[in-house]
Amino acid sequence: MVLRIKSFAQGQPLSALSADTSICGGRGLSEFAVELRDVTKVFGEVVAVDHVSMGIRQGEFFAMLGPSGCGKTTSLRMIAGFERPTSGEVYIDGKPMGSTPPFRRDVNTVFQSYALFPHMTVEQNVGFGLEMKGVPRAEINRRVKEALELVRLPQMAKRYPRQMSGGQQQRVALARALVNRPKVLLLDEPLGALDAKLRKEMQIELKALQREVGITFVFVTHDQEEALSMSDRIAVFSKGKVLQIGTPLEIYERPNCRFVADFIGETNFIEGKVKQIDGEFAVLESDGRCFVGRAGEGLRVGAQASLSVRPEKAQLVEQPMNSANCYEVRVHSVAYVGSDTRVIVMLGDQHFDIWEQNSLSTLDPNYFFGPGERAWLVFRPENALILAE
Amino acid sequence: MASDTPIVLIGDRAEVAPRPRGATAKLRPGRFALTVAALFTFAFLYVPIAVLIAFSFNSARTGATWQGFTLQWYERMLSNPRLIDAAANSLIVAALSTLGSVVIGTLMAIAMERYRFRAQAVWDGLLYMPVIVPEIVMGISLLLFFASIGLERGLITLIISHIAFSMPFVYLTMRARLADFDRSLEEAAQDLGADEWTTFRRVTFPLLLPGIISSALLAFTLSLDDFVTSFFVAGVGSQTLPVYIWGQIRRGITPEINAISTVMLILSIVLVILSQALQRRQSSH
Amino acid sequence: MIQALREHPALRLVALMTPGAFWLAVFFLIPLGIMGVISFMSRDAQGFPAPPYTLSNYQNIIRDIRFAPSLSLEGGLSIRLFEGLYLDLFWRSIWISLVSTLITLVIAFPVALFMAQLPRRYRNLALFAVMIPFWTNFLVRTYALQFMLRGNGPINTLLRSLNLEPIELLFTPTAVLIGLVYGNLPFMILPLYTSLEKFDWTMIEAAHDLGANTWSAFTRVMLPLVSPGLVAGSILTFVPSIGSYITVDLMGGGRTNLIGYSIAQQFSASVNWPFGSALSLVMMIIVTIAAVIYFRSSRGGSRAVI
Repeated sequence: MVLRIKSFAQGQPLSALSADTSICGGRGLSEFAVELRDVTKVFGEVVAVDHVSMGIRQGEFFAMLGPSGCGKTTSLRMIAGFERPTSGEVYIDGKPMGSTPPFRRDVNTVFQSYALFPHMTVEQNVGFGLEMKGVPRAEINRRVKEALELVRLPQMAKRYPRQMSGGQQQRVALARALVNRPKVLLLDEPLGALDAKLRKEMQIELKALQREVGITFVFVTHDQEEALSMSDRIAVFSKGKVLQIGTPLEIYERPNCRFVADFIGETNFIEGKVKQIDGEFAVLESDGRCFVGRAGEGLRVGAQASLSVRPEKAQLVEQPMNSANCYEVRVHSVAYVGSDTRVIVMLGDQHFDIWEQNSLSTLDPNYFFGPGERAWLVFRPENALILAE
Repeated sequence: MASDTPIVLIGDRAEVAPRPRGATAKLRPGRFALTVAALFTFAFLYVPIAVLIAFSFNSARTGATWQGFTLQWYERMLSNPRLIDAAANSLIVAALSTLGSVVIGTLMAIAMERYRFRAQAVWDGLLYMPVIVPEIVMGISLLLFFASIGLERGLITLIISHIAFSMPFVYLTMRARLADFDRSLEEAAQDLGADEWTTFRRVTFPLLLPGIISSALLAFTLSLDDFVTSFFVAGVGSQTLPVYIWGQIRRGITPEINAISTVMLILSIVLVILSQALQRRQSSH
Repeated sequence: MIQALREHPALRLVALMTPGAFWLAVFFLIPLGIMGVISFMSRDAQGFPAPPYTLSNYQNIIRDIRFAPSLSLEGGLSIRLFEGLYLDLFWRSIWISLVSTLITLVIAFPVALFMAQLPRRYRNLALFAVMIPFWTNFLVRTYALQFMLRGNGPINTLLRSLNLEPIELLFTPTAVLIGLVYGNLPFMILPLYTSLEKFDWTMIEAAHDLGANTWSAFTRVMLPLVSPGLVAGSILTFVPSIGSYITVDLMGGGRTNLIGYSIAQQFSASVNWPFGSALSLVMMIIVTIAAVIYFRSSRGGSRAVI
């Protein structure tokens, strides 16, 4: 407890919005299927994971999201037991893991490469974990059969991994882990090797499977769309630190820092100085223009900050409007992408993206603005977020 | 944490540096033991060789006490006409048998890799047999063969025999190389107007050359190293170096043998360096 | 002719195969055939092979076999049910070869494992260190070992100067065993290393993740996956051991007789070519059995690796 408060006091940007979930504790340790307390992992000179604390709730679909080298996989490997924290502690189901080897931890992993044993059949692969536990043969056979039915591969039992497609191998890897009924299932970029279409299918399937078995899933990915669409909560990693933990909605709509706003989805940034803070809102001055938006954490008057506006939350209008955040722009380019039209406009000398949903079916080519035309950009203050640098 | 064993801690400390992902934590405790075991094994392999080299410079005629540095055994070696003859025989046999086995083995490898025909598996098995059959059986059967057709034992019988045992090794090496060969390169050459012979000369052969050279090095070494087969098929006047050394060892250990052995060792080291350099050049392409 | 070659792939194939097929047939198969024929011959007055054809050479091999269960520690532990002059010889040869293969494997495996885990630069260096003995003349290496172990060799000179009892190791079965292990070590390390270098270590993590402890992960996952190297190394050690001549002579002084050495004696000292030929063919059968085992398991192994 003390350690966590310390790390918070050090200014670790743990999410303010989801503070109640990750910081509060005190409701009994078993609330968390997995908990990392002030965990640091150092490889030589490199700090791979830097004072990370987080709790993953029972039955949750939890994603660890971040660019490569951000520490998400190392965190997963520490939960699995393949790496030991340099400092801090990993708790599984409330119990400190210490130096518990991976084979005595009640967690199972779906590896990025699947790591199916090439010299064993599907059946033997799936039964391996149960065999190691000394489960009687008859029960192994029954449970393996069940697990293969769960991943819809009952007819593949006698095949070898190399005789199967990537998607099938992936499901065998899943069955091999799930058959052991672990407390937590760890998935290391499990969909990374699949093609786009299969990926989408497996996303839905994985989510359905998790609901069916009710096991806590911890999922490592660098694909923000995947994380948003599948997870109950997401931890955004960068450079070994957890920047924000929250639901997909919170992460997208209320990023707590510039990195999160930038990494999740698309956004426009306008750099400037904070001119005024008034409760929930603040005013940012940039290049002589004033913008109003929601005030993020740690803003100070006079300090550098950036205003973030998602492209779908801004509009173009033909006439100036008498409201905040309305400025004249010149249309730079227009791209019709079916569901919406993506316009890039010049605000002064800065590019600004606007995505307008095509809610009207029309073949009129002059329906929208054309390049070079004058227009007015407008967005509502509650749709903009001013974030401290 | 109380379950931490000291060995685990030692292993952990040794592993602070970044390591390839996947080298698992659980094999770490053995790292220290592995290192010790490996060092002992390398010592076991090298100490006798090192001692042999050292004693080739010892002036003592017998015994293993050091009595001062000398080069006299090397001088004596160089002025021994029988030894020089044996060395010359070895080089002639090695060179010619390498040439023969590389040509024959490469052609065979091309045939077996590029064509599909009946009883191919039988041929494949037959080509493996000289690799598997003990040398002594090979040497004796060749001796019986040469005796029964009345061929005088000499350099010819040596060369024939050395081709017979090294050709399968060339074949196996070349076949592996051919299996990796990207045939679309040949198709590209023909597409660009080269006929079969030009394609072979300008594309296939240059790409196979590194493999041919390394299998030639292998054949050369096999020939130079061979004792058992040569022992049976060499004539009185056509001893190879190993056969000569064998005779000397049987008569008793003299420092001169140490000197010859040292020279042969250095030759092997040169060959290893050559083949390693060759492999490195290939992998850098 | 070139035109004909271009038009008929079959002709090309014949042209490519003829030299190799000729060499294999004339200088490998026919000599073995002659050996086979001689193994059924008798000896003339000078001791050279001559008709009439007889089975007596083979009968000699299995002559005077009697049921005599025994257990001895000569050349390592040996357990036998039957006794007989040549049966003993074969049994001892197989036994010593197996024991030496096993010892070589046990010594080589940690080295190969160590090498496979080294960083790339050091790995090449270690590989180089194995390649040198691998390519060095076997006779020279065995001679170096014999030189070390001689009665007045460096080891005993050192022991005497330390006022310790000199060891009388040379010309014993143990010396033969040491010689075989020493000679064959590089041939075991290299194939093992090749297999281990390709080994995917996430397989061990996966095994641990599924509850396998270190021993189970080793026996259930690592060993089967490196079995091609393991089997190749074992064959490369076993076959030369059973036919070994140099080691038996230099290290054992001919006192620990193995088949290979015994065969050579039939062609030099005792000049009994027919009997030597029969012994050779029986040895070939043993070796072929070992080779069949090798091909079976290596095929299974490569199936597992790919």
